[in-house]
Amino acid sequence: MRKVISVIVENEHGVLARIVNLFAGRGYNIESLTVAPIPESNYSRMTIATEGDPEIFEQIAKQLNKLIPVYKVMESDNFIEKEMAMVKFPIDNSLSDIDALARCYNGNISNVSEDYIVVTVIDRAVRIDNFIKGIKKFSPIEIVRSGVSVIDR
Amino acid sequence: MKMTGAKIVIESMIKENVEVVFGYPGGAIMNVYDEIYKQNLFQHILTRHEQAAVHAADGYARATGKVGVAFLTSGPGFTNGVTGLATAYTDSIPLVVISGQVPTSLIGTDAFQEIDAVGISRPCTKHNFLVKDVKDLAYIIKEAFYIAQSGRPGPVHIDIPKDVTAQMTEFVYPKEIDLKTYKPTTKGNKRQIKKVVEAIKEAKKPLVYIGGGAVLSNSAELVREFVNTTQIPAVETLMAKGVLRYDNPLNLGMVGMHGTYAANMAMSEADLIISLGARFDDRVTGKLEEFAKNAKVVHIDIDPTSISKIVQVDYPIVGDLKNVLETMMSLVKSEINPEDYEYFRSIVKRYNELHPLSYHDSDKVLKPEWVIQKTGEILGDKAIISTDVGQHQMWTAQYYPFSFPRQFVTSGGLGTMGFGFPAAMGVKRGVPDKVSINFSGDGSILMNIQEFVTAYEYKLPVINIVLNNNYLGMVRQWQTMFYDDRLAETDLSVQPDFVKLVEACGGKGYRVKTKTEFEEALKDAITQKVPVFIDVIIDRREIVLPMVPAGESLANTIVEYKDPKQLENKDEK
Repeated sequence: MRKVISVIVENEHGVLARIVNLFAGRGYNIESLTVAPIPESNYSRMTIATEGDPEIFEQIAKQLNKLIPVYKVMESDNFIEKEMAMVKFPIDNSLSDIDALARCYNGNISNVSEDYIVVTVIDRAVRIDNFIKGIKKFSPIEIVRSGVSVIDR
Repeated sequence: MKMTGAKIVIESMIKENVEVVFGYPGGAIMNVYDEIYKQNLFQHILTRHEQAAVHAADGYARATGKVGVAFLTSGPGFTNGVTGLATAYTDSIPLVVISGQVPTSLIGTDAFQEIDAVGISRPCTKHNFLVKDVKDLAYIIKEAFYIAQSGRPGPVHIDIPKDVTAQMTEFVYPKEIDLKTYKPTTKGNKRQIKKVVEAIKEAKKPLVYIGGGAVLSNSAELVREFVNTTQIPAVETLMAKGVLRYDNPLNLGMVGMHGTYAANMAMSEADLIISLGARFDDRVTGKLEEFAKNAKVVHIDIDPTSISKIVQVDYPIVGDLKNVLETMMSLVKSEINPEDYEYFRSIVKRYNELHPLSYHDSDKVLKPEWVIQKTGEILGDKAIISTDVGQHQMWTAQYYPFSFPRQFVTSGGLGTMGFGFPAAMGVKRGVPDKVSINFSGDGSILMNIQEFVTAYEYKLPVINIVLNNNYLGMVRQWQTMFYDDRLAETDLSVQPDFVKLVEACGGKGYRVKTKTEFEEALKDAITQKVPVFIDVIIDRREIVLPMVPAGESLANTIVEYKDPKQLENKDEK
């Protein structure tokens, strides 16, 4: 089972290491992890996508809460979830086909150079999976995923 | 008043009423040691190894209930102390350990004696700090003492770069602190407490399961009141020795791998387990699928992560055991009828009569169990007992008559050999009017034997009773039982002359082989003003029983084992 946990932590020295060590030390999986400061506060938000049983999630949430700089741990099945992916293609593709596909995933062509085009899409993680499957025939050269961000509805 | 970071460290210790610091100086912490030299408000005890400094602070903390403090230098000084931190962490012992670090400008350059100390201590402390600005120092120290002793206690590590101890700032020690992200739950949920009392009322075979939390939360009196009022039988973990008196008829003794038959069977048969500050360690539960399979589980613990971590809990209560029991007692008195559990009491009594804790005594060779019992007869509640780790530790837990909490100081969770002697020094420093005994083995004692020099210098007359079987006995026991007696690297036949060794360090040594010799040596040892080593030559092949083999169910407790190589004892008791 997959689950996304949103953690608010004090924005201080070593806090990311504490979280990552907790996952590594206790054998929990991290599928993706995103971190950024929360504007106008001393806190950062970490969004962690993880895999496991419900008992494991319960332990993860408790263990996170036990860390001193952790302010709040949020779990929900009702998050709005988004992930960004950037994909680089050779220029000799059909630009209109790629552009049309990107639009289906809230995306567009972000950059065009002599040799490459770069497409950026923003969608749910499962939809990003589908997008990546769908573009295979355009021979993507590089795929970069951002990891998920979530917000409560 | 403006002062250096080093002076702030000292002044903060005084504000925290620290009376003793165990430590070892070195380059990165010299500024702090210079300030130690200039003051006389607390004592500094120079151990001969950093590991011993942290263990001594730990023993002091366990015996007194105060925060233990140790100072180390950077690099190897700190890494030597890590075993001490990990030991305290697994047993939830409040410590503040301060280490020096290379100057801020050199951090990350692989400087001399530089190591990422907070990186190493992160997984084996409750919390840690790297002080980057002298202005934060006083607040961090206050925070460290607060975090160490509140909630589920634990060690806190502060790493201070050398330049920070040299910089000047205004010293203001905060009176109160408020941490937005750290608020341990202390009061238990009242509705949940009521439910628990209901569950106890309905249970036919309830069993109290007492853990180290009962010691740490200073709730032994309440636990005793709870057990005596309800007349519910109780089992204890290694860490809970002394919470109930050894001679309380409701106390079935230790549960788990080397627990009593009665305790293990009671655990297997109970229909309600009331866990008071215990954490269902694998050495307690045995095979999980078989553990307490007839029972509903009540779990009272201050640490939410302990609840439903190993065993699914039916009635969780997060809170300080003392607070929860206080609330619970008022209900218990009116709601619970002790006679309801008469049947269960009679069952466990039968278990106890069937296989009481026992050993085959001998007049030809000293039995370790006898040595511990005899020490208990002579000293009883006049001593605080530390141990190292191994067979002697289990025999001590089984056979010493513990009668008050904090009487037993042992590395339970981590199982650290070498812990006992330095811890017993900390005990003696903290509780000077008690005799400080360290039961050890010939393996463990060598891991911190250098502390004889410290104990001699600081007049800490610890009595080491070393049960010497020329083996790493516990591993040897497993090899005999589960590895066809192939004794891989456990034979310690080559040994120093311990008497000469300790006498060279200013201590007093005895070597005993008979009961009379032991009694005489112990009685003489109690009068000594120097650290003592009683080298007790015991039956080499004695094993710790009962035993639940690793991974087996508690119901399969082995109470008898015939070792073909053990001396035949014709005069069995």
